[in-house]
Amino acid sequence: MYPRAFHYHRASSLSEAAAMLAEFGDDAKLLAGGQSLIPLMKLRFANPSHLVDLNFISGTSYVREENGTLRFGALTRHAEIEASPAAAKVPIIHDCAAGIADVQVRNRGTIGGSLAEADPSSDWATVLITLQTEVRCQNATRNRGLQLADFIKDAYTTALAHDELVHEVAVKIPPAGAGGAYLAFKRSAPVYPTASAAVQLAMEGEVCRDAAIALGCVGLMAIKARDAEAALRGQSVTEKTVAEAAEAARAAADPQSDMRGSADYKRTLVGALVKRAIDIAVRRAHGEQVEVSHIYA
Amino acid sequence: MPDNIEKIAIRLTVNGKAHSLRVEPRMLLVELIREQLDLTGTHVGCDTTYCGACTVLMNGAAVKSCTVFAVQADGAEIMTVEGLEKDGQLHPIQKAFGDAYGLQCGYCTPGLMLSTVQLLSQNKQPSEKEMRKAIAGNTCRCTGYQNILKAIQLAAQSMKGA
Repeated sequence: MYPRAFHYHRASSLSEAAAMLAEFGDDAKLLAGGQSLIPLMKLRFANPSHLVDLNFISGTSYVREENGTLRFGALTRHAEIEASPAAAKVPIIHDCAAGIADVQVRNRGTIGGSLAEADPSSDWATVLITLQTEVRCQNATRNRGLQLADFIKDAYTTALAHDELVHEVAVKIPPAGAGGAYLAFKRSAPVYPTASAAVQLAMEGEVCRDAAIALGCVGLMAIKARDAEAALRGQSVTEKTVAEAAEAARAAADPQSDMRGSADYKRTLVGALVKRAIDIAVRRAHGEQVEVSHIYA
Repeated sequence: MPDNIEKIAIRLTVNGKAHSLRVEPRMLLVELIREQLDLTGTHVGCDTTYCGACTVLMNGAAVKSCTVFAVQADGAEIMTVEGLEKDGQLHPIQKAFGDAYGLQCGYCTPGLMLSTVQLLSQNKQPSEKEMRKAIAGNTCRCTGYQNILKAIQLAAQSMKGA
């Protein structure tokens, strides 16, 4: 199962990679972790004439904590984020990194590649949209930063210009009193989730001061469940308000029936995941250590 | 399709042996290993990044070699199942898979053993949950995973002093 033949270019810097994109135009693709692109090329759904390999560029893989911000180099592997004590300070990030696909895929796949691919079923976009996330982009000469909500435009579509690439993902660390959780439900490790829910809360005792709730795999992009957030914001987190939030999340979901389940099933599932994720987020906000990640059926 | 695809010169170490080759960019690492180097212990199962039969270690990290281009392994140290035994002696992980009946047809076994190498290099006494997580990317279609888990546990015990 060979991909179509292509010219291989090994970039020595991100600026050089961006210059190659400018030179080769639409016929070029960037190779980061390759865990989505290589399967697509083998199936000949993607047929670039030029492949620009980013993996030999030094200094593109890091997790840094600077002035209350976590900075991830675009080529940082999921496994490095899973193992990073700095990233673990934001538990919802650890939940995500530790559960993407399987060990082998986490050893290769990258956070920048995942966001730039903008797959509707990706884990990172769903999680990071509940935090203040800036996607730092560059072409051969200029840098710019985009909020994640402005970066992902549609399924498999981002705001990146044809000669532009992601060089860093910057996430603001939530203040004390915050708690979050990400739950994704999968049939088995290597597959994409059937549905997922990310919940990030700012708590003051039992009262939820602010809430961010996002749903994954149930729409063309991660869905920000604004009515579900409103159901919690300024309210005590009780059985009643949690049920209201879950109901609002179910209503916000826009799933398709496919081999992973019917639309009805996914809608029900995503509501249950939101409920569970709220519970864990509250417990974490109150200082409890709770270990969660993706759930296999 | 582009014309005049240039082959790329790469150097890599496989099971401790250095190789210099010229490869077509679209060649997958698993094809380099099996067809250029004749190391057919690394299997191709699904060829779609699912089953893990093609798992090898690349600089110590388990990867699905059907989802890495050979050119990406330039400069890398690769370990395949053939690299486990030393001087005719089975590696403790190989011995444990045999002793615990951790295989039936054996197709998934090389990949499972290399995932086990990565696990035990990072965690000498894994819990059952950690073992399950470590092999979640390796599919066995014969018999289920009970004896495979027993084999990993046995390997961990026998490698304790190592």
